[in-house]
Amino acid sequence: MKSKHLADCGNWILKRFPLAKLWNEHMAHYYAPKNFNFWYFFGSLALLVLVNQIITGILLTMNYKPDAKLAFDSVEYIMRDVNWGWLIRYMHSTGASAFFIVIYLHMFRGIIYGSFKQPRELIWIFGMLIFLCLMAEAFMGYLLPWGQMSFWGAQVIISLFSAIPIVGDELALWIRGDYVISDATLNRFFAFHVIAIPLILIMLVFLHLVALHEVGSNNPDGIEIKESKDPFGVPVDGIPFHPYYTVKDIVGVGVFLFFFSIVIFYMPEMGGYFLEHDNFIPADPLATPEHIAPLWYFTPFYAILRAIPDKFAGVIGMGGAIFVLFLLPWLDRGPVKSIRYRGGIYKKALLLFVISFFALGYLGTQPATPTATIFARIFTVIYFGFFLLMPVYTRWEKTKRVPARVTHQPTLEERIQDLKRLFDEVTVKKPVKTAEGKLVLKRKPDPDGLKKAGIRIVKKLKDSLD
Amino acid sequence: MNIEGVDVDTSKRQFLTTAMTVVGAVGAGYLAVPFLAQMQPSTKALAAGAPTEVDISKMETGQLLRVEWRGKPAWLLNRTPEALETLDTLEDKLSDPMSNESIQPEYCKNRYRSIKPELFVTIGLCTHLGCSPTFRPEIAPSDLGSDWKGGFFCPCHGSWFDLAGRVYRGVPAPTNLDIPPHRYITETFIIIGEDDAEEGAQA
Repeated sequence: MKSKHLADCGNWILKRFPLAKLWNEHMAHYYAPKNFNFWYFFGSLALLVLVNQIITGILLTMNYKPDAKLAFDSVEYIMRDVNWGWLIRYMHSTGASAFFIVIYLHMFRGIIYGSFKQPRELIWIFGMLIFLCLMAEAFMGYLLPWGQMSFWGAQVIISLFSAIPIVGDELALWIRGDYVISDATLNRFFAFHVIAIPLILIMLVFLHLVALHEVGSNNPDGIEIKESKDPFGVPVDGIPFHPYYTVKDIVGVGVFLFFFSIVIFYMPEMGGYFLEHDNFIPADPLATPEHIAPLWYFTPFYAILRAIPDKFAGVIGMGGAIFVLFLLPWLDRGPVKSIRYRGGIYKKALLLFVISFFALGYLGTQPATPTATIFARIFTVIYFGFFLLMPVYTRWEKTKRVPARVTHQPTLEERIQDLKRLFDEVTVKKPVKTAEGKLVLKRKPDPDGLKKAGIRIVKKLKDSLD
Repeated sequence: MNIEGVDVDTSKRQFLTTAMTVVGAVGAGYLAVPFLAQMQPSTKALAAGAPTEVDISKMETGQLLRVEWRGKPAWLLNRTPEALETLDTLEDKLSDPMSNESIQPEYCKNRYRSIKPELFVTIGLCTHLGCSPTFRPEIAPSDLGSDWKGGFFCPCHGSWFDLAGRVYRGVPAPTNLDIPPHRYITETFIIIGEDDAEEGAQA
């Protein structure tokens, strides 16, 4: 009897709300390519971190005071006197850095497998808008603890707007709401950080997913699985998102939480990279810290800003470094999506880009010495070269043949077997006398094997860049 | 437009739709004004720009005094005669030695950028991105090299200023340090944020 009541209850809802339809369309009958790999964890992880930021953020607002006189102390109050306050705050601050790690990897996935290319340009655009919102969210959130880096970081970044000709000074004044970074600035940044930007962010995530589910996911082979369907209209290379990928993503979540917890519990400041040392000193409008650097996720763009000797051009360069990513779907003229089948010139360009991104990221954390500035200029040129020369070099690409169906990749077990074989190849068993005079077989490195394996690996590396 | 074989005149509804859109857009424009303007500095913030009075009677030669004016660091520097002499020799290394592009009251638009040569008043914020430079009066310290003749060094992006707040060539800062309006009330009292152009010029 009871189950009948339950079913009636369920039917009552289903007649009024398309729950089953939504579930089927987006989970149980949403067919995702069956060859997703490691890189495909980061979309769902980004969603997880977003939820983490929203929940911990709501809890933090319960004790935080957006007032220039009270803000710094209220953060310390959360850390020391609020039950579990330290955990909530570290989850939020570590979550911010984790968000950028996950998003950068997610974007890199899009770049290597061509997920931004036709017909997924809009997904990429929505994703880039999410990235922009995230940067605004991180920047404004960083002012809230009202430490020295909060204050002077905001001072420098808002001053960037004043570099815009004619309206610049008025604009900076309007953003601050005062002639200096002050209580008014803190209060409005709190409003933006807590209400305005998160609302936009959630809306954009919704649009990102709607657009994704309309065209379907790309995959590491960069082929459209909807092009080969079985008689029932199901893509032959597709598997239902639920349960296959929900379960796969839970594994990803488990591994992610493992690393996330290590940071939260053992290194919440991450040596000054996640929480900067100078930010444990209350904001002082009269003295700038010796060395100002933004948090790690902004440093590549900050390095570009500093590399350009003119104030306004520097601002344009920094903005351009982000804006150029929006244009990626139209800059890339390569006919092939996945890096697996793209030409060597693209792979080499991408490698240079990755190196320059990391190098700029490092240089942005360092003081701007003349040598560092010269390097930053070189890498800035490479960064922009990757994008702006793309329409040219992607046309010269000698692409490989793209298969019609998704390909089989070695599984983890096969890889472990390969590793074992490699180990056998580079070692040799030799009899060794122990202290008691017994003869034992011990594995020793085998120079011949090492040489052969080394040559093979170098050749393979070279091939993979062609 | 043709609905079930009947010609329908859509020109009126088209007109009404357009008129509605235009009126709605104008209304939204009007509403945007208070919404955007409420983010401008409030009356209280504007009123907080009150002048600051500083007693300079106890200042020693070479001393830098930091006070707050409108929430910004205002500096008063009592320059030594040697420092003033050095200022005369720097002009070819500066990007705006006569302060033509920089912000200062008319009565400070001179080589020393001050009313009285020895006493220098300035806003202690770099004209590049607003960091507060450090006061480095020593000559040729090891970290700044032998070209350093004493001045202000911005640690954020490495801009150089001399002891009159004049910016060196080839650094990110575009102009000299800003000088706020100020005047002497008496020989030992300065008021920052208020001037009387004539009186300032006479002093």
